Amino acid sequence: MRRIADAMLTDAAAMPRPPAVDSTPLAIEARGLVKRFDDTLAVDGIDIAVPEGAIYGILGPNGAGKTTTLRMLLGIIDPDEGVRRVFGHDRPHEIARLIGYLPEERGLYPSMRCDEAIAFMGALRGLPLAEGKRRGRALLEEHGLGHAVDRKIRALSKGMAQTVQLLGTLVHHPRLVVFDEPFSGLDALNQGKLERMIRRLAENGTTVIFSTHVIHHAERLCNDVAIIANGKVPYAGSVDAARDRIPAQVRLETRDGDGAWLRALPPGTERESKAGGGHFWYFPLPETGIERLMRDLIEGEAGVLSFSVERAGLHDAFVEIAGEAAARALDADAQDTVPA
Amino acid sequence: MSRDTARLGLWNAAYVVARRDFHAILFSKAFILFLLGPLFFIAISLVAGTLGAKAADSAAPARLAVALPAAEAARFERAHAYLEDAVRLPPIQTVPSDGTHDSAALLTDASANFGAVLGGSLAAPRLAGTQERLESWRGEVALIIAQARGGREEAIPAITLEPTQTSVATQRSARVATATGAITLLFLLTMLLAGMVLSNLVEEKANKIIEILAAAIPMDAVFLGKLLAMLALSFVGIAVWGSLVLVAVALGGAALPPLPVPAVGWPLFVALFVLYFSMAYLLIGSVFLTIGSMAPTVRDVQTISMPATILQLAVFFLATFAMNAPGSPIELFAAIFPLSSPYAMVARAAQSAVLWPHLAALVWQAAWVALFVRTGATLFRRKVMKSGPARRPVKA
Repeated sequence: MRRIADAMLTDAAAMPRPPAVDSTPLAIEARGLVKRFDDTLAVDGIDIAVPEGAIYGILGPNGAGKTTTLRMLLGIIDPDEGVRRVFGHDRPHEIARLIGYLPEERGLYPSMRCDEAIAFMGALRGLPLAEGKRRGRALLEEHGLGHAVDRKIRALSKGMAQTVQLLGTLVHHPRLVVFDEPFSGLDALNQGKLERMIRRLAENGTTVIFSTHVIHHAERLCNDVAIIANGKVPYAGSVDAARDRIPAQVRLETRDGDGAWLRALPPGTERESKAGGGHFWYFPLPETGIERLMRDLIEGEAGVLSFSVERAGLHDAFVEIAGEAAARALDADAQDTVPA
Repeated sequence: MSRDTARLGLWNAAYVVARRDFHAILFSKAFILFLLGPLFFIAISLVAGTLGAKAADSAAPARLAVALPAAEAARFERAHAYLEDAVRLPPIQTVPSDGTHDSAALLTDASANFGAVLGGSLAAPRLAGTQERLESWRGEVALIIAQARGGREEAIPAITLEPTQTSVATQRSARVATATGAITLLFLLTMLLAGMVLSNLVEEKANKIIEILAAAIPMDAVFLGKLLAMLALSFVGIAVWGSLVLVAVALGGAALPPLPVPAVGWPLFVALFVLYFSMAYLLIGSVFLTIGSMAPTVRDVQTISMPATILQLAVFFLATFAMNAPGSPIELFAAIFPLSSPYAMVARAAQSAVLWPHLAALVWQAAWVALFVRTGATLFRRKVMKSGPARRPVKA
């Protein structure tokens, strides 16, 4: 059985690799994952490489295949094709003690007390119950819920219950934490708290992978992202590299609208004349660089009033990579999940 | 893979789930209802028994109308009075008769409650009534007439009575009663528990916690844990009720009627009952759990539990029917068919002292429990978690 798995990995090694991030060991490595549900192709040949200690985002609209991908990575379901390895193990469910998982559908037993609920989730991952309760109480104190230790889950607000479940996901000190849409349903305050928690986990060496359909979470938190649309991953790599796929835009403001210096502007430059005099010019940063351009403008006496270079955001990169339809779906999902 | 990284094994994981369920249910309303469940049955039985007795008391006994000529009627009355100390006879009431009485009118007179009418004469008696009544009373009436005709009051010999505890005939019928009681108790307990397993699963679905469990531990362990928790709870219930019964026996043992001893003796019978109860519950519980876990919504769970309940009833009736035909093919079938096997075997323990079939049956039933749990977990993973066997590329 092991040999077959090794052989499959050898085969998979011949497949095109996702862009290598660096030489950091990988927490998750997946190649050619395919999953069908009846006639639906939910995931269509996904490649993902998550470096250890990274904050990794899986970004895509609802129904793109994010949850199915996470479930396959965790071993909750098996892929129809392809291989995945978590910390080098090709059966990820067998190293469950190293993993913490917060599913999209939050669930807790309403009759349990907060510390019991956290301890129970730890016990499922091999943490002794007494130790789980001790850690649970400490975590609740640390996250401002010390007053709710003995309270039953049913008596908590939705936000508090979500925090309790989050703490239950972390109580056994996992090396890899997987969050499925962790920000959905949280208000701005709790979203901020969660972002800080994710950063702290990564600072402590924990690998964090989360799915989201809200671009700014991925942009603010992630080193690397996988953009997923229609069950495929058209891009997997660093956030910076994704943004760099679109050349930076230059915004130039001049007093004069004509002169020899115009030859320094690249073809396709857009011009906008101001009502009270002066002109705006928009163009991609030329390959010759900023210094050369500035020199040509000054020597040509363009009368430069302002000059700025605007780098593309992840949203622009998403539109470029996944297409406008996927971007529109993503934006609509993000609008739908803004808490009241 | 080191112990620090590997997920919990099947039994450890099942223990974690069972411990949670046990504590959660032990202090729940559902368990209090389960604990009080037998009380409802006892209360209903007592009410039904009392009402039945009252109805029987209030119903006037059917009488025999004696429509003989006056002198013969008097002789018939004396003979009846003489015999009724030794023989159970129908009560009689003399009706005036000139030989032309209307039997049909007497029998349909609502105020009199006559079961039959004796007319004619002692020399040529005629008995009128329904066929059933005639067959029931003809012997007694003939005996009274014979006594009345003879006119002699011969002494009825005194017989010394020597009551015994049992005989083969009474023992056999008593053991059938024990078997019936055991099967009924087994059925009621498993019925209550299967309902509780289903409620537990409905709670699980409502709480959306199943994915957390499925991500952390084997699905088989989830099923097994839930079943074992409920079994442990049922033992708590049995212990509570068993203790109460023991206290009742200790306090009023002498006043209680002697219980028919099962063929294997009481201690072994109780032990076998507990084992067969465990198996019966684990078997039907795993079926309920599988059906319940595959249902997409809570409402569906409740709807599709109906066939399983009908199956449970069918198994009960099969075992009850088979119990009355020991050694027959139907009894053998009931003992082999996994779901009815515990019922059939507990009935057998009441009726037969042979022990080896019980060992074989318990092993057989345990194997089916394992199969049901594994099948349920596999179906759940495939249908609910939308998972199937991996179809990975194999190196050519």
